[in-house]
Amino acid sequence: MKIIKKGMAGTLESSDVLVVISPNNDIGLKLVLQSKVEKQFGSAIRMCVKNTLAMCGVSDAVIEVRDQGALECVIKARVEAAAYRAAGETNSRFEVPS
Amino acid sequence: MKLRRSMMFIPGDNAGMLSNSYIYKPDSVMFDLEDAVSLTEKDSARLLVFNTLKANLYTGIETVVRINGVETPFWEQDLDMAVRGGVEVIRLPKTENVSEVREIEKKLEIIEKNCGRNVGETKIIAAIESAIGVVNSVAIAACTPRMVAIALAGFDYLVDMQTSRSSGSEPELFYARAAVLHAARAAKIDAFDVAYGDVNDEEGFLREVKIAKNLGFNGKSLIHPRQIELLHKAYAPPKEAVDHAEKVIQAAKDAREKGLGVVSLDGKMIDPPVIHEAERVLLLAQNS
Amino acid sequence: MAYDKQRADVYAQEHSLQKFEGVFENSPQLKKKSDKRHRKLLPSLEDAVKASGLCDGGTISFHHAFREGDKVVMQVVKVLSDMGFKNLTIASSSLLNCHDGLVEYIRSGVITRIFTSGLRGELGEAISNGLMDVPVQVHSHGGRVHLIQTREISIDVAFLGVASADEFGNANGSHGELSCGSLGYAKVDAQYAKYVIALTQELVDFPNYPASLSQDEVDAVVATEAVGDPSLISVGAARLTKNPRDLLLARIAASVIENSPSFKDGFSLQTGSGGAATATTIFLGEKMVEKNIKASFALGGITGPIVDLLNKGMIGAIADVQSFDVVAAQSLRDNTAHTEISANEYANASSKGAYVDRVDVVLLSALEVDTAFNVNVLTGSDGVLRGASGGHCDVAAAANLTVIVTPLLRARMPCVVDTVNTVVTPGETVDVVVTDHGIAVNPNNPDLEKRLHDAKLPIMKIEELRDLAIKRAGAPSPIEYTDKVVAVVRYRDGSVVDVVRQVAQ
Repeated sequence: MKIIKKGMAGTLESSDVLVVISPNNDIGLKLVLQSKVEKQFGSAIRMCVKNTLAMCGVSDAVIEVRDQGALECVIKARVEAAAYRAAGETNSRFEVPS
Repeated sequence: MKLRRSMMFIPGDNAGMLSNSYIYKPDSVMFDLEDAVSLTEKDSARLLVFNTLKANLYTGIETVVRINGVETPFWEQDLDMAVRGGVEVIRLPKTENVSEVREIEKKLEIIEKNCGRNVGETKIIAAIESAIGVVNSVAIAACTPRMVAIALAGFDYLVDMQTSRSSGSEPELFYARAAVLHAARAAKIDAFDVAYGDVNDEEGFLREVKIAKNLGFNGKSLIHPRQIELLHKAYAPPKEAVDHAEKVIQAAKDAREKGLGVVSLDGKMIDPPVIHEAERVLLLAQNS
Repeated sequence: MAYDKQRADVYAQEHSLQKFEGVFENSPQLKKKSDKRHRKLLPSLEDAVKASGLCDGGTISFHHAFREGDKVVMQVVKVLSDMGFKNLTIASSSLLNCHDGLVEYIRSGVITRIFTSGLRGELGEAISNGLMDVPVQVHSHGGRVHLIQTREISIDVAFLGVASADEFGNANGSHGELSCGSLGYAKVDAQYAKYVIALTQELVDFPNYPASLSQDEVDAVVATEAVGDPSLISVGAARLTKNPRDLLLARIAASVIENSPSFKDGFSLQTGSGGAATATTIFLGEKMVEKNIKASFALGGITGPIVDLLNKGMIGAIADVQSFDVVAAQSLRDNTAHTEISANEYANASSKGAYVDRVDVVLLSALEVDTAFNVNVLTGSDGVLRGASGGHCDVAAAANLTVIVTPLLRARMPCVVDTVNTVVTPGETVDVVVTDHGIAVNPNNPDLEKRLHDAKLPIMKIEELRDLAIKRAGAPSPIEYTDKVVAVVRYRDGSVVDVVRQVAQ
């Protein structure tokens, strides 16, 4: 999936996360994380964001994540939604990872 | 036998509510992609509900997804997501006729095959929200083995009927309630009464619960977690009913052990429907 | 025999007694007739500070009955800073978000030591990040009185905001525009401080009754523009919360209490403030009415729903160290069954009789609970100071049934954990942990566990709750600290129960 524009998903409400994905001109992933549970879950969140992007086939993007203590399933959903939007794809693929 | 007293609505784009509403232990939870989600958030809500379903937070609670209606551009993706996410029931909004259900069924079958689920595994609840829906509810309720319940939804129906909600005896919903309930019972499926909109009005809510319960509804659609316990309490059988049900079940058990074909209690013969009702009473008692 | 003053003087000298040198020799305050009644009323805070003899390195004290509406601490510290004071110790019964401004005065060296029950906001964060050279001493409400009585806290000047005072120093918190209700914490300062200044925005005619702080304890009275913001005083909502999770927790907590052996006629209770606690009070009240079980007294921080039960005759009396809302404050003023008590009477382990000793049931909150039932109410799961010891460990230690109420997760943060970041209340004084995912009973109370189990309440092992939290949220990485101690947690008897270290960056 190629990121062609800015895509945003999520909110700044408690237990949610705001994800903004923008193009990064073929030079890999750049992740900026802000989280109120950074100390306890910072590395887990980074891992989750990167894995989700890999599943979506996104290899070049700037990802800004502002986390309000979202569970992993929420982070995944918001990253996916932002990625689809940033790629200009309207149809999501609901793949069940094996 | 499954209890369907409470079907709690959760907006499909509310991450906080999706993350923890299982703690309220409704019998069924309905993730809403329709009215609660704005047109611009249908895609993100779908992904949020999908990942919530996959996270298995709602074990022991029947999962329902309310899809957008067949007249919208969203319903096929909604179905695709819900079935792949492993949802148990699809709630179809504004159901007016059997052909809409057929369309859903056809699509369900394709998705079930594609993602390796058993064909027919995904159940349907048809929401009746219009005069034509009420009139056609007998056919709708009986049109497919996937149909597990009918849910009456009052808001659009009352607009259609050119009236509005009153308080007290609620004559405006009398026919619709009686009609969809008969449709459900004739098809041997469950029936949900309308949601009660004022979450702060416990008294009004309980008054309406009483009407629904006395009519014979299995339960209600709910829009706030605090309504769950009130509803479950209202549906709790009285102690005498529980005691009697225990005796009936014991008598049935004794008869089975003795190899008797006929069950009797205190000299009276007990029919299978009575035993079934006793089981239902005990299930209610255990879960209230 | 005629009066012979010389004989009296000789006798006094021979027996090392003071000789009589005139009626005003030792009562100079009575010399000037025009001044004697007004002598305590000083025109400004500066004058009062000068009169107090406060020196650099001295200890000043405050109470926190105005909570987030307090305007005394910042007002006084600014004046002291402007007057050039350095190296002061603040001993406030607690510090809240409205005291964030203290950071500046710690940086400038005006304040170098702190005794408090709580630390929050930017102040808590700055201290957690190593702002102070000397660690903060965090005490409980009862423990503070113990530290004062044992002279570890030796108050030079107490600055006590009051709702109303007369010019002679009779003051209370219950009468006046700025009604905060009980002055339970201030009463101790008034008794023990070397110099007591009452600050009021409402100066009333003598005599001002009731005199929670009495004229024989107060050295100076200063009328000031504002001692507090009444809109920020109320912390307990008398209305039932709409937060569904708080309601769920409250329903479960009320069922736990109802099914405990403590729930019988004549029992006593403390329920505290906050959405879940207030709702529990309301639900428990319904069960009390339903079963006609009356409580002998309610203790603690008092809220509207407790007052409501008093008015319904379901509670016999209220002992009030702190009034959490307007309803409580008004009840304290108007109802003779509602009594103001000092922190010493409330919770001091070394007092001759503390009310907590007679409490049957107490409901308390938590930031974290661990598998040994230890409770942290002081530091967040990120290790930063953001809470208060309060009366938590005091009542937990003394009550017959201590119920802790907490959600299992706050957003993603597990609240039932292997080991709490900071122990404030030792687990052996905790009986039940109520969460929105299930209830855990301390294994040291098997009878209670059986009773609750028989009542079909969702009993789980505390370890199961911990595992469930991790299953939902994932396992959090442990917080990294430096070796620097930023706060010392004092148990109610003054002993050190834990230390809080600086959070590593």
